Amino acid sequence: MRVSYFPGCTLKNKARDLDEYARKSAEVLGITLEEIPDWQCCGGVFTTAKNEVATKLSSVRALKYAAAKEQPLVSVCSACHNVIKQTNHAIKTDADFAKKVNNYMAEETPYAGETQVYHYLEMLRDLVGFDALKEKVVNALSGKKIAAYYGCLLLRPNSVMQMDDPENPQIMENFIKAIGATPVVYAMRNECCGGYISMESPDLASKKSNAVVENAKAAGAEMIITACPLCKYNLIKNGADIPVVYFTQALAEALGVKEDTNE
Amino acid sequence: MNKNFIQEEILRSSGVNPKKCMKCGKCSATCPAYDEMEYHPHQFVSMVESGDIEPLLSSESLYKCLSCFACIDRCPRGVQPAKLVEAVRLAVIRQQDKNHLTANDIPKLLDDETPQQLIVSAFRKYTK
Ligand code: SF4
Ligand code: SF4
Repeated sequence: MRVSYFPGCTLKNKARDLDEYARKSAEVLGITLEEIPDWQCCGGVFTTAKNEVATKLSSVRALKYAAAKEQPLVSVCSACHNVIKQTNHAIKTDADFAKKVNNYMAEETPYAGETQVYHYLEMLRDLVGFDALKEKVVNALSGKKIAAYYGCLLLRPNSVMQMDDPENPQIMENFIKAIGATPVVYAMRNECCGGYISMESPDLASKKSNAVVENAKAAGAEMIITACPLCKYNLIKNGADIPVVYFTQALAEALGVKEDTNE
Repeated sequence: MNKNFIQEEILRSSGVNPKKCMKCGKCSATCPAYDEMEYHPHQFVSMVESGDIEPLLSSESLYKCLSCFACIDRCPRGVQPAKLVEAVRLAVIRQQDKNHLTANDIPKLLDDETPQQLIVSAFRKYTK
């Protein structure tokens, strides 16, 4: 199966591991991530204002590209996925916004939100299947206690993201089970790390990130996995003393396309 | 700016109806930025509703919201307070010379590991 793939700016720079292991693992699972040519940065966060149009057009271009190819659109960065999915939802549900978007793109055919938008984790769950994933595991991470860190962007706003129960999600825990490890469930897994506030209020980001790490450790975690480069940065920068890695690294290790997950 | 005009603009661009609020305070109770805010999410709702918007326009609280959407998901009345915070912030930074962050501020805020996502996100929230 081939899907349209939106990597995003961070995956081309600081988060190369997130990208590289996503691609290698997908191949093993029979999915080819076709990178959208000339994709443009999603902007990192969705602007909820209805009259903010121009900054959402990069997402629309990616969505339109996938629509023309009749492929689902997959991204692996939590932020890209959140922005693209919220933009698609706005087009589907806000006729005035959709009209403005299509006016901007006058020369092209109108877009009405027809593309199916998947996060890579949803691709594993819904297109591959966790049972099928389990069968491909050659190097089960047996006994490893892994805490899934969802943060905000994968789950909220739930009315749009529809990934899982936003207060009691299972998808990452089921992923952890599929690669043979033991999920550690803890209260702070869907609370905010501080996000972009680390730019100008590092103290606030530090408080928020520490609370997440301490809570995961108290529940017995030996490792934290995330899909978000900013979560990873904030947790590590604020002194996480257990490894914080992308979920794709753990996946690649389990599938035998990476040596060892320690950093 | 005219007071009624700002209120209307904020209501329109956010799509929020503050009259739905039942003043339970759950949005503020769940807000991870609560301690840093002068005005809390439930106050944004009540102040926009009453038209008391002036204090919000000059408050640092606009730049403390993390866009975590917790207040949106956990409000029992579907009010979506974060959308009001965003609409007020946009009413400010869309004015001439009101950017909260400029490109010149960036270099000193970076370290070797800063992800691009952090820079673009901060810019999207603080700058027009
Ligand atoms: S979106 Fe902003 S106001 Fe709402 S809970 Fe999160 S930080 Fe607080
Ligand atoms: S959670 Fe909703 S109903 Fe309760 S105070 Fe906040 S906005 Fe109002």
